[in-house]
Amino acid sequence: MNKYPKTPPGTQPEYLYEGYRSSIRRAPSQPLIQIPQTLSELTGPLYGHNPIGETDNDLTKHFADPPLGERIIVAGRVLDEDGRGVPNALLEVWQANSSGRYRHSRDSHPAPLDPNFLGAGRTTTDRDGNYRFVSIKPGAYPWRNHPNAWRPAHIHFSLFGASLLSRLVTQMYFPGDPLMAIDPILHSIADEGARQRLVSSFDLSLTEPEWAMGYRFDIVLRGRAATPFEGNGR
Amino acid sequence: MTLIPTASQTVGPFFNFGLTANQALGVLAPDGAKGERIQLAFRVIDGEGEPTPGDSMIELWQADSEGRYQHPLDPQSGAADANFCGFGRLETDANGVCIFETVKPGRVDMQAPHINVTLFARGLGKPLRTRLYFEGETANAEDPVLCLIPEGRRDTLLAKPVAGHANSWAIEIHLQGEAETVFFDV
Repeated sequence: MNKYPKTPPGTQPEYLYEGYRSSIRRAPSQPLIQIPQTLSELTGPLYGHNPIGETDNDLTKHFADPPLGERIIVAGRVLDEDGRGVPNALLEVWQANSSGRYRHSRDSHPAPLDPNFLGAGRTTTDRDGNYRFVSIKPGAYPWRNHPNAWRPAHIHFSLFGASLLSRLVTQMYFPGDPLMAIDPILHSIADEGARQRLVSSFDLSLTEPEWAMGYRFDIVLRGRAATPFEGNGR
Repeated sequence: MTLIPTASQTVGPFFNFGLTANQALGVLAPDGAKGERIQLAFRVIDGEGEPTPGDSMIELWQADSEGRYQHPLDPQSGAADANFCGFGRLETDANGVCIFETVKPGRVDMQAPHINVTLFARGLGKPLRTRLYFEGETANAEDPVLCLIPEGRRDTLLAKPVAGHANSWAIEIHLQGEAETVFFDV
């Protein structure tokens, strides 16, 4: 069975990044143990654990009235390491509202909740790996990591690909946000290019005239689907 | 063309309404699934020795009771138990605990019965990967993954039977400290 290559050094965050305070008591202190990629790692949950509803990919339609904020379309392709589209990948997204407040019991930021915005959605990629969802642009918000700390506006993404090793949870940022330069979560990734790839690009071709702005965000999952698998994997 | 995989970022503290609202994902083995039904309790402990409250999440992936994965790469997937999906996902509660209902997995080739565990949490820039094995299982001695782990740390991957509760197993995942769980680079 073909193995997935290791990710290049610096292109994934380190577990321990002191600037991100919560990592200090949660990062493992012992070295990780290298294990082979067996059938257990090269298989993985396929989408199907519950059906996608018709408006699950439109976060502006979860209530009778539309939410406040700048309406956006976020679209892109989910690719494997060979640049092939990953079909039928499950994407789950969650985000703060346009004021920078999550609909979550532990979010104590004194910004208003929006009764017309939940901030969670789901969709799957088509046969070519394309996805698209509609939302509103999330606001920046303060957090207690260090004095006067603010997170840049972001949307959380969770993806299931071809295998357990393709599983990805990440965050998408917006171009031009000055908070990105001083965000410890983004800077827990050492490689500049890898950080830049988490920034969506404004894409006029995705906008819908007189309706919504468009941002493109392509995502690469671990895996070499294009390479034929050798033997039966055992 | 070779592309570099997109960087991971932490799930943060507020993932619950996006990822773990569906409590049904705590049941991997609904009625009709074949095999020995078990309950699996996880407790996640951070470097202060405190349980992680609702801001960590565990995902499970396991073979069915005969050791078959519901996945096209498994040559035996056609015969896999259709009533068993093999995937589970729960957030930890205020005490750092989550409890799954499943069946004991069969052996996958030479491997001892095991469950693949992925842990996501606030503070973790990328998930931690580990496995759960069952204490007392004779096949553990010849498991190719367990054998790679220094003997003194293998115990961190062994779920223990819960006294007084038949078919219940429990394991603690320690992120740091003396009993730090073994995590994998795969």
